[in-house]
Amino acid sequence: MSDPTLPETMAEIFARHRGQEGPMLPILHSVMEAFGHIPEGVVPLIAEELNLGRAEVHGVISFYHDFRKEPAGHHLLKICRAEACQAVGANALTERVLSKLGIGWGETTPDGRITVEPVYCLGLCACGPAAMVGNRVIGRADEAKIEEALA
Amino acid sequence: MKIYVPRDSAAKALGSDAVAAAIAAEAEARGLDVIVIRNGTRGMIWLEPLVEIEEGGARRAFGPVSPADVPALLDGTLEGLGKVDYIPFFARQTRLTFARCGLIDPLDLDAYEAHGGLAGLRRAIAMTGQQIVDEVKESGLRGRGGAGFPTGIKWQTVHDAEAEQKYIVCNADEGDSGTFADRMIMEGDPFTLIEGMAIAGLAVGATKGYVYLRSEYPDAIEVMNEAVRIGRARGLLGADVLGSGRAFDMEIRVGAGAYVCGEETSLLNSLEGKRGIVRAKPPLPALEGFLGKPTVVNNVISLATVPVIFEKGAQHYADFGLGRSKGTMPIQIAGNVKHGGLFETAFGMPLGELVNDVAGGTATGRPVKAVQVGGPLGAYMPPSKFDTPFAYEEFDGQGGLIGHAGVVIFDDTADMLQMARFAMEFCAVESCGKCTPCRIGAVRGVETIDRIAEGDGGAKELLVDLCETMKDGSLCALGGFTPYPVMSALENYPDDFATRKEAAE
Repeated sequence: MSDPTLPETMAEIFARHRGQEGPMLPILHSVMEAFGHIPEGVVPLIAEELNLGRAEVHGVISFYHDFRKEPAGHHLLKICRAEACQAVGANALTERVLSKLGIGWGETTPDGRITVEPVYCLGLCACGPAAMVGNRVIGRADEAKIEEALA
Repeated sequence: MKIYVPRDSAAKALGSDAVAAAIAAEAEARGLDVIVIRNGTRGMIWLEPLVEIEEGGARRAFGPVSPADVPALLDGTLEGLGKVDYIPFFARQTRLTFARCGLIDPLDLDAYEAHGGLAGLRRAIAMTGQQIVDEVKESGLRGRGGAGFPTGIKWQTVHDAEAEQKYIVCNADEGDSGTFADRMIMEGDPFTLIEGMAIAGLAVGATKGYVYLRSEYPDAIEVMNEAVRIGRARGLLGADVLGSGRAFDMEIRVGAGAYVCGEETSLLNSLEGKRGIVRAKPPLPALEGFLGKPTVVNNVISLATVPVIFEKGAQHYADFGLGRSKGTMPIQIAGNVKHGGLFETAFGMPLGELVNDVAGGTATGRPVKAVQVGGPLGAYMPPSKFDTPFAYEEFDGQGGLIGHAGVVIFDDTADMLQMARFAMEFCAVESCGKCTPCRIGAVRGVETIDRIAEGDGGAKELLVDLCETMKDGSLCALGGFTPYPVMSALENYPDDFATRKEAAE
């Protein structure tokens, strides 16, 4: 289960962030970039590097929505749930998208292709409903535009 | 011929990348000498992708442009909008903070300088720290993040503090729904933020700055990182800022999806690598901030407004506005709106004029039912309060707040009980968990609103009581201000909280 390249990758990540003030979040973002999630095995390594308790590292990881414990599907679709998008039908759009995929918020399709998560504001509030696939932003989102981005 | 196609993420979300690619391809096929410049947005989002063609020193705008329009655009047969400055939504604005946004390539430091950039920093370099602080005080600038605290007074506290190391921290964790001014300026004119932070550093004696930028803004992160790199290479940042002999450098730090980190003390904890939990104040961050050192924590727009104050003088800035709300505010008009976007104007315009006149009402054409001003923690204002002038004290007097100046419009299909429920649900999801009124109150709030929805009218009194407890007992604005949307929905739209019961009886 544990990735044999993990210690080596982590050593490289630590080297990159040494000298930074408050390196915890930058390190965790680098871990996300390298593995697509935060593998359990990195917790003791980060604790040792930053001279912290494991519980403290675990506490930080679990606080933030971005740091997932399991890998997401091939595509990570985020749909905005915030007020400005609700004002232009985001809730109805979400219902249609989720029911078509047959999953709920935070779930991944059985084929591992798509994970759908809520997001609270993408700053696209004058062209909602807003969505994002990976780093690609979608304005005035509808099912067709989302499907195209997922293709 | 120069062709401007915005790289702002709202423009990208509406297809500007495809338009830029189509222009480049079509120009090449025709053997035309075209330079495509990826500028910021002019802020008229309903016209995005808004393309501008510059020929003979004049710029003509077209929009919204689709890739299919590109041949006609290059033929000169596409119907245009004329000069951007004459489009009514644009012509009515007073653009000080956003003067360059959409005008230039955001990463072209020479263009930045040609349009007034760095003049403010050069002036500040010749001043003492105290003179810089005094200039900011004179301008009347107040924190644009929402709280409206006088920026100069905050700077004075940090200036007067004795410490080996001080910091400038820019709060770019713009999580409020309906707000995108921070994103727009970071993507469209990043050097103005860098310049503002450098001036702040000179003022208080801080040599290091951080921008805490939310992870939901990948485009802004990319532009800011690149701008910092260019700033270092060109001597705007580093050991010798513009040859002044004084040091200032900065780093972009990425958040991790926690709304509460927009609260300054929780942001500082997050920046230090901890859980983003709110700190009790005092001590003020100005005295014990990042790593326990004196720290200026300012919003993006506060810092990005500093350069124009130094370029044009404090008095020029203070001459705009209303009462104690001096200068201009970039108002973001969003939601169910016909003409949405960023509208920078002097404080004081009545809310109704903004909603009906400037923004043209709803996109659906239905009547406006409610306008939420100031993000998820702002009050829902009914049309009966549309004569309220857009300014700090005036909104406060109407039980609202202007916050970061997001204006979200809802038509008459909005269910205000559901919006109140959402406010509580959002607070429950995003609560950092430190204080009880917020952590538990928000969960009980959702349950209580559900009881009202099921016809238990007596639960309304309980909801009012709960809101009072949250307001008075929470440590920060998340728990403390969630009652604003909830109570304003309950008070201004009693029908939405009563009909189901009556219908059931």
